[in-house]
Amino acid sequence: MATDGLHENQTLASLKSEAESLKGKLEEERAKLHDVELHQVAERVEALGQFVMKTRRTLKGHGNKVLCMDWCKDKRRVVSSSQDGKVIVWDSFTTNKEHAVTMPCTWVMACAYAPSGCAIACGGLDNKCSVYPLTFDKNENMAAKKKSVAMHTNYLSACSFTNSDMQILTASGDGTCALWDVESGQLLQSFHGHGADVLCLDLAPSETGNTFVSGGCDKKAMVWDMRSGQCVQAFETHESDINSVRYYPSGDAFASGSDDATCRLYDLRADREVAIYSKESIIFGASSVDFSLSGRLLFAGYNDYTINVWDVLKGSRVSILFGHENRVSTLRVSPDGTAFCSGSWDHTLRVWA
Amino acid sequence: MAQELSEKELLKMEVEQLKKEVKTPRTPISKTGKEIKDYVEAEAGNDPLLKGIPEDKNPFKEKGGCAIS
Repeated sequence: MATDGLHENQTLASLKSEAESLKGKLEEERAKLHDVELHQVAERVEALGQFVMKTRRTLKGHGNKVLCMDWCKDKRRVVSSSQDGKVIVWDSFTTNKEHAVTMPCTWVMACAYAPSGCAIACGGLDNKCSVYPLTFDKNENMAAKKKSVAMHTNYLSACSFTNSDMQILTASGDGTCALWDVESGQLLQSFHGHGADVLCLDLAPSETGNTFVSGGCDKKAMVWDMRSGQCVQAFETHESDINSVRYYPSGDAFASGSDDATCRLYDLRADREVAIYSKESIIFGASSVDFSLSGRLLFAGYNDYTINVWDVLKGSRVSILFGHENRVSTLRVSPDGTAFCSGSWDHTLRVWA
Repeated sequence: MAQELSEKELLKMEVEQLKKEVKTPRTPISKTGKEIKDYVEAEAGNDPLLKGIPEDKNPFKEKGGCAIS
């Protein structure tokens, strides 16, 4: 009926204006806490000296773009995945390849090492996250032991084991994140709220409880309660896709890297963005970010082939690292903070220290 | 999934979420920023990438040649 249509539009309009006014109120509340800038708090902190970081190892063997990598807790092994469907486990000290498996799909955008070091998880255009146990039996066919765990309705963009080998958290192009039981493949919890593809996620350090942060093509970074499935905080200050999110080591903040060429720091207790890491000369997107052990340094890989090192407290860039011959797509600091590894569209991974 | 909900349903979800978020307890940056700074200062001594490691302790040092005596 005509009157129903009118009513429908009024409800839509009133919802929109309610949302706008709530957003305004949120801004106001957040602004009240903005009594000082982070770099002002850090004014008396000693400035950092020159950094000499160079490539110590180059891992060659992928036949196409490296899309993702993760460290093993043993601080020396890494797993990496590529556009050509290959997933490789390397010993980063010796550069030897220890395991390799070919996925039935291309663009393996996500890979992760299990906390025990005995398995890896990966997925991409197959819309799934699969777990492969790692075995040293030369006669074993790694692909034969594959277990499909997660099923999304679009590509898998990120995955991470939780504190144990038993659960995996995934992020997908279908706009959701999900928590899965590895053994049964059962969906334990799903997380809805992003308005577009979710591109990245990171789990809070275990001491800070059961939350994780995700970033997406809707320019939002969202913090989730893993038990309830609810979003507890959301931040929308980036001007483009958020490609990478990483918790600050204390768990009280997280950093993000975006196609808008900036990295930002969000303080969870102040509930706002507290720093932007950018320069006029940096115009290409940041694809991947990670902190050094103390949280003083933020390493960020960019689409202009470089890695910028930022002073988290003062907001300035302390170093720029050259070496990759194409986009840097992935970057992680090792578990003991002695090095970081970057992966690139130039088919290689580099370990820097 | 986001794509399956109607615009109205999405807006309702957004309004509910915003109502919750407005009530989030918050702390001023003068306090939280200081805590971030304190954390960094406490951990800086243990940060190998920040303070550097001597070549002989660095597991990624250049692979040396062999010395034959």
